[in-house]
Amino acid sequence: MTARSLGVVTPQTAHFDEPLTLRSGAILERYDLVYETYGTLNAEGSNAILICHALSGNHHVAGLSVADDPKTAGWWDNMVGPGKPIDTDRFFVVGLNNLGGCHGSTGPQSLNPKTGKPWGADFPLVAVIDWVHAQARLADRLGVKVWAAVVGGSLGGMQAMRWSITYPKRVRNAVVVAAAPYLTAQNIAFNDVARQAILTDPDFHGGHFYEHGVVPARGLRLARMLGHITYLSDDVMAEKFGRMLRGDDLKFGFDVEFEIESYLRYQGDKFAGYFDANTYLIMTKALDYFDPAREAGGDLAAVLARATARFLVISFTSDWRFSPGRSREIVDALLAARRPVAYAEIDSPNGHDAFLMTDAHYHNVMRAYFERVAAEAA
Amino acid sequence: MNRAAGQRQRADLDAIVRWVGEGSRVLDLGCGDGHLLAALQRRKRVEGYGVDFDIESVTQCVAVGINVIQSDLERGLSGFGDQAFDHVILSHTLQAMHNTEHIVREMLRVGRQGIVSFPNFGYWRHRWQVLRGRMPVSEDLPYQWFDTPNIHLCTLRDFELFCGQHGVHVLERLVLTDNQPVNSLHNLLGATALYRIEALR
Repeated sequence: MTARSLGVVTPQTAHFDEPLTLRSGAILERYDLVYETYGTLNAEGSNAILICHALSGNHHVAGLSVADDPKTAGWWDNMVGPGKPIDTDRFFVVGLNNLGGCHGSTGPQSLNPKTGKPWGADFPLVAVIDWVHAQARLADRLGVKVWAAVVGGSLGGMQAMRWSITYPKRVRNAVVVAAAPYLTAQNIAFNDVARQAILTDPDFHGGHFYEHGVVPARGLRLARMLGHITYLSDDVMAEKFGRMLRGDDLKFGFDVEFEIESYLRYQGDKFAGYFDANTYLIMTKALDYFDPAREAGGDLAAVLARATARFLVISFTSDWRFSPGRSREIVDALLAARRPVAYAEIDSPNGHDAFLMTDAHYHNVMRAYFERVAAEAA
Repeated sequence: MNRAAGQRQRADLDAIVRWVGEGSRVLDLGCGDGHLLAALQRRKRVEGYGVDFDIESVTQCVAVGINVIQSDLERGLSGFGDQAFDHVILSHTLQAMHNTEHIVREMLRVGRQGIVSFPNFGYWRHRWQVLRGRMPVSEDLPYQWFDTPNIHLCTLRDFELFCGQHGVHVLERLVLTDNQPVNSLHNLLGATALYRIEALR
């Protein structure tokens, strides 16, 4: 079986008029969700897989946006597609952009029906559970009663976990990659530095920068640079960049001197060019708020005991943003809750980013798991 | 982990299946490809979990739907609750562990009962090879001295002394050679030993 590309995929939009009450108490009267689907839903509706995106992800999971342009491949194109571990010849795969996003789903750039202007900073803060409720409505719309699997890495893994708790009967498998049951003080601290970079950018204008025709690019850039440091491991940075200089010698100034500075600035600039600052704030807050164990006084096992799904939990040895120990917290709670679980700790130098990268051991575990999921669904 | 599959382990596996209660909660340490847990699920409908450090083994378990936790047994069983399992199994793995005392203590913390099996170094064929000046190589000890994962080989007597010194109570013992029970001169005639143990309380 050789892996192929899905070719060009076209995003679709689902409009919802039924109000959605958010965890914060705010109500979204109506909203759009942009999504892509790959493969075909079988007659029994038993082969659907939901892919949940992480902080900066979107609905474009796999395939190409522009024909023959590999630069437009989806963010998990190495995992999802014909002949790939999540095989679109066998599964009906759904990717969507979450509420509050900046890739077409209703978010801060959308018009606030009350004012006729972009929501900006007035867009309500959303929590992981809000996304899951919205995803459930999209599932209804697509005729998916039960997901064969809900899958995600990082913040996406948190959505998979939340699905298994909130809609236990609608998830047969939850695949939680490089995630954590809640953010630590250190995680929240990093998020807040990133937010402060945006909030204190003079071009932020209290989140209403659209009206001023500017973008808080400096803040967004710093936020992304900081984020990138936490996505990579010390080892992989040392290996890729070390103390390599851009030029021949030290310049004794503040311009780019080391390769790592050049890399981070490039990543920051690229990100600031397409991502929305308000969305960044919303996504990081959703991360901070995630803590399902809170519903049971901090007892994660008691909350996960509601789940009926089988779990696959995966971590990466060099991930220090959500280290293997954080995944073990999830696994240990599942063990205590007597839930079926498989756990793989993949030996990888690539830090948190490893969940997006091609790795034979990682992909073999995923492929083996999804063979089972496909067999169940058939 | 070190577990050669195949005929050699058939009787070992059958005995473990006999010892495990119907529908009980089982943790298999060094579970390899998960064949023991698969047999226990099929024959005793256990709620089973395996632990293995090797990613290939973990992948094999995932492929057949066995619950498996990738973890290094040398680092103990932290994360597994006290008395969370009815049986904790260490089948043909003990002799390959660095920290023998620690893992036995851990298995009896996590499980109400432990099941341990290992090749008997005191088996006469092994003794004979040592007498002839060579390290033993047999069906039960299939490795050469320079490539063996077995670093803590012991005899039945050694293991029973160890149990006595470490507050471990032997509930039942089964000694096998060529898949048949051995009924006399166990430490000399037995190739493989299985013990059902619990912590002295």
